[in-house]
Formats: sequence, C-alpha cells, structure tokens
Amino acid sequence: MRSLRFIIPLLLFAVIGLFLYKGLSNDPRKIPSPLVDKPAPAFSLPVLGADGRAWGPEEMRGKVWLLNIWGSWCAACQIEHPLFNQIASAGSLPLVGLAWKDDPAASTRWLERLGNPYTVVISDRAGRTAIDYGVYGAPESFLIDKRGVIRFKQTGPFSAEIIRDQLMPLVRKLEAEPGA
Amino acid sequence: MSVELGHFALAVALALGLALGVLPLVGAQRHDARLMAVAQPAAMAQFVAIVIAFATLIAAFVNNDFSVALVASHSNTDLPTELRVAASWGSHEGSMLLWSLMLSGWTCAVAAFSRTLSSVLRARILGVLGLVSVGFLLFLLFTSNPFERLLPAAAQGRDLNPLLQDPGMVFHPPLLYMGYVGLSVAFAFAVAGLIGGRFDAAWARWARPWTTVAWCFLTLGIALGSFWAYYELGWGGWWFWDPVENASFMPWLVATALIHSLAVAEKRGAFRSWTVLLAILGFSLSLVGTFLVRSGVLTSVHAFATDPARGVFILAFLVIVIGGSLILFAWRAPTIGAGNSFAPISRESMLLANNILLVVAMAAVMLGTLYPLVLDTLGLGKISVGPPYFEAVFFPVMAPALFLIAVGPLARWKRSELPPLVTRLRWAFAISVVSALLAPLAAAAAGVDGPAWRPLTSLGLAFGFWIIAGVVVAVTDSLRTPGRRFALAHAGSRARMQPASVWGMHLAHLGMGAFVVGVTLVNSYQISTELRAEVGHTIELGDYRLHFTGLDHVTGPNYDSDRGHFEVRDASGKLIAELHPEKRVYRASGQPMTEAAIDRSLLRDIYVSMGEPLGGTVWAIRAHIKPFVNWIWLGCVMMAAGGFLAVADKRYRRRLAQRESRAVASARA
Repeated sequence: MRSLRFIIPLLLFAVIGLFLYKGLSNDPRKIPSPLVDKPAPAFSLPVLGADGRAWGPEEMRGKVWLLNIWGSWCAACQIEHPLFNQIASAGSLPLVGLAWKDDPAASTRWLERLGNPYTVVISDRAGRTAIDYGVYGAPESFLIDKRGVIRFKQTGPFSAEIIRDQLMPLVRKLEAEPGA
Repeated sequence: MSVELGHFALAVALALGLALGVLPLVGAQRHDARLMAVAQPAAMAQFVAIVIAFATLIAAFVNNDFSVALVASHSNTDLPTELRVAASWGSHEGSMLLWSLMLSGWTCAVAAFSRTLSSVLRARILGVLGLVSVGFLLFLLFTSNPFERLLPAAAQGRDLNPLLQDPGMVFHPPLLYMGYVGLSVAFAFAVAGLIGGRFDAAWARWARPWTTVAWCFLTLGIALGSFWAYYELGWGGWWFWDPVENASFMPWLVATALIHSLAVAEKRGAFRSWTVLLAILGFSLSLVGTFLVRSGVLTSVHAFATDPARGVFILAFLVIVIGGSLILFAWRAPTIGAGNSFAPISRESMLLANNILLVVAMAAVMLGTLYPLVLDTLGLGKISVGPPYFEAVFFPVMAPALFLIAVGPLARWKRSELPPLVTRLRWAFAISVVSALLAPLAAAAAGVDGPAWRPLTSLGLAFGFWIIAGVVVAVTDSLRTPGRRFALAHAGSRARMQPASVWGMHLAHLGMGAFVVGVTLVNSYQISTELRAEVGHTIELGDYRLHFTGLDHVTGPNYDSDRGHFEVRDASGKLIAELHPEKRVYRASGQPMTEAAIDRSLLRDIYVSMGEPLGGTVWAIRAHIKPFVNWIWLGCVMMAAGGFLAVADKRYRRRLAQRESRAVASARA
C-alpha cells in the first residue's frame, strides 16, 4: 500500500478546494463592528456652514437615522452619493453627514456640485469622532435607532441592493419599535 | 484596428487552443504522426492570434477609444502614452489577456525550441499547454471580455488607479506573469511525462532550462513589485505579507525547490516522483494565486476587480487542472520508481532537506494566507493574519535552508564524508560568526546611530556572511588544481573548465547572501520618524539633518501636486541631496497619492514622504534612513542573473547541435 501516499496531495487539494468554494460565498469586506448594539458615541462637532453652531447625536433622539462618514477627497463616496440623494428626496430616512478629515470649503463645494441629501452636515476635521466610531475608511455608515443605539454598520459604499434589501427593511422595523 | 478584430482573434485563438489541446494528445496516444504534427503550427498560430487581440486592445488605449468600456474605465486623455499602454493590463480583463498572451508565448517558444524532444513528448507537452489556454480563453470570452463596447461612448475616461500610474506598472505585471505562466511549461512537462511514464535524465535536462527561465522572471517580477511598493506606497516598507504578494511568493518557493530537485533528477536520476509533484504544485499555486486575486475571497490591496461569477469559473478551472493532474499523479507516480540511492550525508540529502524546508515554508505562508478564509468559513470569526505571524514562522523554517546553501555545493553526490566538509568550511564558519558579532560593535564604535544591538542582528548577519563565505570557498576550491595551492596563473584556465551552470549557481547563492545581509541591516538599523514640520524647520534623522526649505504647487499632466523642498545635510553641514516629495491629487478620480523622494545609494537610502497637510505650511512628514535596503533588490537581481547564466550553459545547446548534425548526416545518407 506504499502507493497510497501518492494520493495525499490530491486529498490535501480537495480540502483546500472545499474551503475556497465555501469562501466564495463569504464577504471578507463585511467586518462586524463591535459597536453594533452599543450606544452611539456622543460628540459635539461644528455644523458645516453655520458659524460655530455645534451638533450632537442627542438631537436625533426618538428618530431612526443614518450617520454617514464621507469626505470630498473620497472617490467611493461619490458612488453612493446619488443613492443618498434618492433617499433624501423620498424622505424615508434622515441622513447626517460627517465630513471626515476634510477642508470645510472643499466639503461645501462638493455638496454644491453633487447635491446635499443631509439634514445636517458636521465637520470632523481632526478625525477624533471617527476614531470613537472605529472608522476604517470612508465611506462608512451607521444606522442609529430611536434610543441612540447603533443597529447596523455599512463598511464601504452602499449599493442600491443593500439599501433595498437590508437597510430599508431594517429602518421600517426600527421605526416600529417604541422610542425611549 | 477595431477591437472587434481583437475579439474575433480571441475566438480564433480559442478554436486553435481546442485543436492544440485535443489532436496532438490523441495523436500521441495512437502514434498518429499527422495528428501530432498539428501541435507546432497550432501553437504558433495561436500566439499570432493573441498578439493581434492584444495589439487591438493597446491601440484602443493609445488612441483613447472611449467607446471601449475597458478604456473608458481605466484610462484618460491626460494619461501619458506609456501609461496608456500599461493601462491595458491595469484592469482585471486586460491582465487576464496578458496572462493568455504570456501562455501562448511560452507555448510558441516550446514549439519553436523543442526540436530535440521526441515527437510524442513534444505533442503531449504542447497539447497540455493548449488545454490550459482553452480554460483561460473561455474565462476571458465568457466572464471577462476586454473588448466590450460602451454605447454611447464616454467623452472622457475615468483614469487609471493613481497607485498604478508609475513606470513600475509598465514592467512589473509582464515580468511577474512571465514567471507565473512560465511555470506552466514545467507543469506540461510533468503531465506529459506522467502520461508517457518516462522520466529519465533527458526529461529532466529538457525541463530544467524552461523552469529556470520561468523562475528568473518570477524572481525579477516579485523583486520589482517589492521595489515599487517601497517607493510608491510612501511608508518605506518593502514586503507586507499581503495575500497577493503571498500568492506570488508561494509559487516562487516551490519553483526554487523545483530547480534544485531537477538538478538531482538530471544528475542522479533520484527524486523523480517528487520533482513531478513540485512541477504540478508550482503551476497549481500560480493558478490558486490567480483565484485568490480575482475572486475576492480575500481582502488585499491588489484585489481591484472582484466578481463571484468569475470566482466560480476560476475555481472550476482549478479543480479540473489541479485535481486532474493530481489524479494522474496518484495513478501513474507509483510506476516512476525511486532512482539511485544516496547516503545520509551527500549532495542529494542536502538538496532533499532544501526541498522539504522550502515546501514547509510555502505551506506556512499558505496557512497564514488562507487561515482568515478558513476561520470565516467555519464561522469562527473574522481575523487577519499579519506580518508577526509570517515573520515568526518563516525565519526559523528558512534558517536551516540558508545554512545548507554554503554546504550543499561542496558536498559530493551519492556519498560525502563529514570531516572533509568541516575542514573546508571551518574558516568560513569562524569568519562569518566573528564578523557577524564584530560588525555591529564596529558600527556602534563608528557612531552609527540606531537602535541597540539585538541578537537577531548578528544572527542574520552570520547567515548572510556564511552564505557568501561558502561561495568564496567553493569558487577558490574549484579554481585550484587538485592537490596544489591556489595559483592565479592556473585559475583562469580552471575557471573556463567550470560550466556556466556552476557559475550561475554561485552567483545566485551570492545574491541570496546579499539579500539576507540587506534584510538584516535594514530591519536592525533603520531610523524612522513621523512629525509635524513647518517650512523652515529642521528634522534630525540619525547623522543627517533635513531642512524643510519650501513648498510649491506643481501641475502635472493629470494631477495637481503640493511639492516639498528638503535639503539633506550630513553632520558637518555638507549638502548631500535635495529631495522633493509630493502629495498629488489626481484630477479625474480626486484620489490623493504620496510620492516619496529618495536619495539612493548602495549603503543607505534617505527617504522622505509627505503625509497630511496640517494647515498653513505645516505638514505631517515621514522620514526614514534605510541602511543597505538596496541590497535586497540587488540580491534578487543577482539571483535572476545567476539563473540566466545557468541556462546559457553550453550543455543544453551542445546536445541540440549534436542532434542536428546527426539529423543532417542521416538525411544526407
């Protein structure tokens, strides 16, 4: 039975192939956030274009809303931006934009060019708040419920499918939950 | 030329690939000379067809034909011409076309330079390569068509990813693919040999130069990729253990083992089934690498185009090619036979150890690369395996192999005695250990500023010096007339007696020594700093002073840039270099890019890159001193040069010439 050892490479490959096949249905970019089901970190940041006025997440208490981290320097943000414009015109979900490590003038120009779907845009120039939210890169978005708890995190740009199949059903479910 | 012509040429290439993959293999089985004769013309015609396809794609890029979807999404009128050419392989579709071009180029080369092979073996080798090409052409035509039109045409292209806008992009992918795909020839030799059941010294001698050339290209391609990452990514690292780097490194490790085991198979007829397995493994890992990069199962900086449908296709192709060849191996390998025996201390045993260590190292890299995928699949969480794992596992495995580099070439085939080996190497050993301990002390005494001495510094240096000293011993021994003292007068004639392949081996081993020294010194003595600096500030960096003298704006062909001016002075105040790092913003994509500025020399690089603007003339600046970093790539170039030198050995051509003269003689008779 010495010749059996020649089958070993084949068996090893079969195991590796099985994992590669299973791996195809995983999404390595789907990084679960430890912040999901935790209260959204508090912050107070200047509102873009409103001299000195500060804004914090407590102002959205009692509402289901999306915090979107973006920047005028971020190419992928341009991809999801038209989808946000659609959400804004449907009025189905309040959007809060956090301009991350961005020059306020550049942020403003960008919004003038591509449209502004946000109820409010805050400016995190130093990037400290983004650190509290564990942001890897822009764009990232957090869906926050009526009690101020993060319920869903999107890493990278939204697609129409993710908004239709994941975000919006979850928004409707959260809307039905009682507020604080 | 319109891209429809290219699309058509690709379809023709597929038809030719089918003919090449079926008829000669059937002919070889039935000993039908007419069917086998299809192989050579089909291989050459397929190459012509794919060249035409590739040429139309390049023409579309050069002419800014934005009615081609690929051009519209990966190029721009502002892009310089040489980068527009390179952009043709800057996308998934284009790089797969480059793959196919390389494959048919290798196939064509085998068809052209295989006159000494028996017609049956040649038909089988070309047939196997034809079948591989069918898989890739189907993949291109059905899931990744590079010639898709975009209607209506775009007015302007979206531009090539700024990371890829570099001369490195012109050379790195073609070199790397030459190596990757070149391993298909060794694979075809192995499969053809398994079908025919004939693995003699002649088989190994034929397979050797092809494998060595592929290995040389792979070495150069990986080295150039590393060199590129070093200056382009802006943080001064040269190897990141990224899944895609690993995907190219795993075939390299196996190909390195293969060129060594082929030596044994040729000289001693041993290791035959093992050599066949390595040949299959090498190309299989190239394919697995392609799968990892193209399917999106792993995250990586290189994973620029991913699509699950493509992943399923490549995986199916992998299963057919690798699974099929391994089934063939399991079925036929038991008949190959063991070959000649050898003693525990002999050149064979050392090469066997080299092979095992290289394959274990490859398995360690593979484990680290696939571990996140396996855990994720089993639902055990998401992790990423970083450099600490690879460094902790890789070095201990490779250390014994590095030690053997100096010993192996001195050991005799079949049986070697330990005492003479010890006698010949004792001075090399003593010198390398002592100088490895003294060199850091000398550096400290000379006032080289850097982190404190670590045991690893001396250990790494000892391995590097040991390899170099071993080569020196082997070379001086070979230049000495046996039984006499070394005499310069005779050295010349002795040197000419040594075959080119031996000189190639020594050069490649010397390159490995230089590589190890470079890696050790840059890891031990590099100085890095990251700080905020304003125009007018001076940054102290080791023995050097960097004056931040100014900033200006530069308008490039397709980018705008903030450029810093730095004067580098040594301790005495003498101006050494002026450096101009840039922070670019590419207009089409709005993506920022860091262009590091480097003052290079053989002994150290001074490396400055600009981070983020912090308002006014204040910038975050990263600066490094990288001692001996260029030895890393110099070592790789020496390895590849050694490989090319070995292939130039007359032995491979003399037999060809003999055969030809014999053929001519018999034709006349």
